[in-house]
Amino acid sequence: MSDVLHRLAALLPADRLLTGPAQLAAYESDGLTAYRTRPLAVAIPETTDEVVALVRFCHQEKLPFVVRGSGTSLSGGSLPVADGIVIALNRLTRILRLDPAQRIAVVEPGVVNTQVSVAAAAHRLHYAPDPSSALICTIGGNVAFNSGGAHCLKYGMTANHILGLKAVLPTGEVVEWGGASREHIGPDWCGLFNGSEGLFGIALEITLQLLPRAECFYTVLAGYRTLEQAGDAVSAVVASGLLPGALEIMDALALEAATAAVHAEYPPGAEAVLIVELEGTREAVAADRGRLEAIIAGSQPIEMRPARDAEERLAIWKGRKSAFSAVGRLSPDFIVQDGVVPRRRLGEALRHNGELARAAGLRVANVFHAGDGNLHPLILFDGREAGALERAEALAGRILKRCVEMGGSITGEHGVGVEKLEYLPAMYNADELDCMMRLRAAFDPLGIANPGKKFPRAGAPALSQRGLHPLERAGVISRE
Amino acid sequence: MNEPLTPATPEALAEAVRAHPRVLAIGARTKPRLSRMPAEVTLISTRALRGMVEYEPDEFTFTARAGTPVREIERELAARGQYLPFDPLWLDAGATLGGTVAAGLSGPGRFRFGGVRDFILGIRFVDGMGRLLRMGGKVVKNCAGFDLPKFMVGGLGRYGALAELSFKVFPLPAARLTLQLPTEGAEAAARVFTEAAGARWECEALDLLPDGQTVCLRLAGPAPAIEAVSREILARWPGQALAPDRAEALWAEVREFRWAHADGVLAKVALTPAAMPALDAAVRSLKGARLHFSAGGNLAFVSLPPAVALTALPERLRALGLAGLTLRGGAPLWPGRHTIPAIAGAVKQALDPDNRFPPTED
Repeated sequence: MSDVLHRLAALLPADRLLTGPAQLAAYESDGLTAYRTRPLAVAIPETTDEVVALVRFCHQEKLPFVVRGSGTSLSGGSLPVADGIVIALNRLTRILRLDPAQRIAVVEPGVVNTQVSVAAAAHRLHYAPDPSSALICTIGGNVAFNSGGAHCLKYGMTANHILGLKAVLPTGEVVEWGGASREHIGPDWCGLFNGSEGLFGIALEITLQLLPRAECFYTVLAGYRTLEQAGDAVSAVVASGLLPGALEIMDALALEAATAAVHAEYPPGAEAVLIVELEGTREAVAADRGRLEAIIAGSQPIEMRPARDAEERLAIWKGRKSAFSAVGRLSPDFIVQDGVVPRRRLGEALRHNGELARAAGLRVANVFHAGDGNLHPLILFDGREAGALERAEALAGRILKRCVEMGGSITGEHGVGVEKLEYLPAMYNADELDCMMRLRAAFDPLGIANPGKKFPRAGAPALSQRGLHPLERAGVISRE
Repeated sequence: MNEPLTPATPEALAEAVRAHPRVLAIGARTKPRLSRMPAEVTLISTRALRGMVEYEPDEFTFTARAGTPVREIERELAARGQYLPFDPLWLDAGATLGGTVAAGLSGPGRFRFGGVRDFILGIRFVDGMGRLLRMGGKVVKNCAGFDLPKFMVGGLGRYGALAELSFKVFPLPAARLTLQLPTEGAEAAARVFTEAAGARWECEALDLLPDGQTVCLRLAGPAPAIEAVSREILARWPGQALAPDRAEALWAEVREFRWAHADGVLAKVALTPAAMPALDAAVRSLKGARLHFSAGGNLAFVSLPPAVALTALPERLRALGLAGLTLRGGAPLWPGRHTIPAIAGAVKQALDPDNRFPPTED
């Protein structure tokens, strides 16, 4: 054990400081499995005081740290660094306060997203942001990456639901911003901290806004012969003045995957499926559902299937939410992309992505949040094939650059992480990147908080290892 | 005092910033306390920096120059059946989009879908080095880069001069209905707020008028739906529905601050419904004080006549542990609870190393 780890060992009991290769292996990667790095150690604090002590130690020792919740980042946001430690927050799982009158919850960062809504359900309240990984991802990770979900057009992203933060900055300073009020005074520090991808420090206590659960839902699934028709239907719904809670599209390959994985059933012959969900008071839903049905009926669907009860609604969502993992069954490996385009250009973007995919000789499944133009092309490849990962990444890059050219963004909700490092300059010029680097330096003069994420790490290799060793993948060897 | 500069393009704004050692961008000065500056500060008016840059009704987004009057924007949006759901303030008085963001002010409608911070998507702004920078995006969902657009909400122009702003908008509700519920004071109103906010009704606005006796509850949605919901609410509490023209006049009075003293201090306070009774008692003990509770008790505006000592409100807010912002009159800029973490100075240095913009404290 190195000197710095010996000194670190004084901060935590031995069973909460992992240093053995076998123990570290579980932390080498996150949701972006193509990347893998072994950290020096993994620290597992159980209290926020311990987190503060760890960060102050890292600051004093100039020791890089990467924070990890459930490790679901799809952009490699919690990929360790070889010369630093991982601070794992999974044991900070207390809901410190649930105030149904003020409709807030104050939680520790390791609380799992859906646990908040479970706790609030008794009061008919819920926490709105619902990333597909909501069953396992943590609120701390959601804050770091300003996570989205299927309801962003109407309800916004994580940042829109964070009212207050207590955080430890990379300098060791502990700050408290905002609070229980939905209004704030002074610059919106919580807004700035959200989505900073761990570069601004660690959220210790997070005040969440809870919303009354909509009384009534009306969910319609419609099958279409082409993706363009489904896209046109989205435009028609939006132009009608309705404000659906969710508008989702899945393409043929995604449908195939969901069918195989969770036995979802879709209209036969459908090349695309649109899911639209209205929500509100029972009276409002009753008044709007006829309008929605008329719009969809006018969009030439093969079939329109309204959910007749809560069970059918859940089945529709189960198929949609399982799509990512389901695609895993179709292909040994895949990359999920997260580009955003203006909604009216969805059809054009999909056509273009299809052409790029064919040219690259790769299959791409499309699942996307159509209401907000957020595409999730899943690029399928076989990592055992030489050069396949590189081809997939090159395709992903072309897709992202196209999104920016169309007036959109390289990431809607997954963050830049390590995955999209080279594409940030497609969105921001040198002065703008410099401005962000200056901000980063203000929060973290030593550059120890999640180095190498969001911005390339100066003077260090971007990645110490890429993917599994082929023999490792084949199960012939392993790193312990 | 010299006439303010009036750049007409973002580039000219950047040039104006570069050309002067001490500057502050101002809009229509509807919140004059925010731009009360010593003479050496050059004021840059955004009044020529105006107009819609692009409006995409199908995208639910628009981009406009900082000096565009919000009234103009609201009119353009309404022509396409859309709106800014947070009820921006001082429209008749000429408030600008940039000023609304810099001041961080939202009106009664922020109760339903959130405030100005929840609808801003992107900005072009000039930093303290005079660089014209774009941050955020023009699409409704984007998490690339740091969210400086949100940080500018409530930043009072102390971290940069806003040139252009991109916003998300929503379709206008098909109908609206305002109910007036007679209430006996702030404590009773807080109970109504809490119950209504947690109910199934999806209220759009929940305010307590300065008389302290009238809760105004606004519903929005399909006409038959809000009528049905209003009957249920009126069965819960006695009250009446207002005719559309009366309702419109009432909300205009709130948004234009016609209820407030023309002179003296006007301040915004962030709070929770639970803190309403204490704030109400503390403020009303000051002779001639008026206050309006908004956004379901998360927001209050306090208006004091000129005779009240300028230290009175800060003292009372501090005693209650509440934070405020003075919009008009001579009271301290940040009355009440106010802490200055070290990071605030570091971020100010990062964006404005030569302190070209005014200090955040004054």
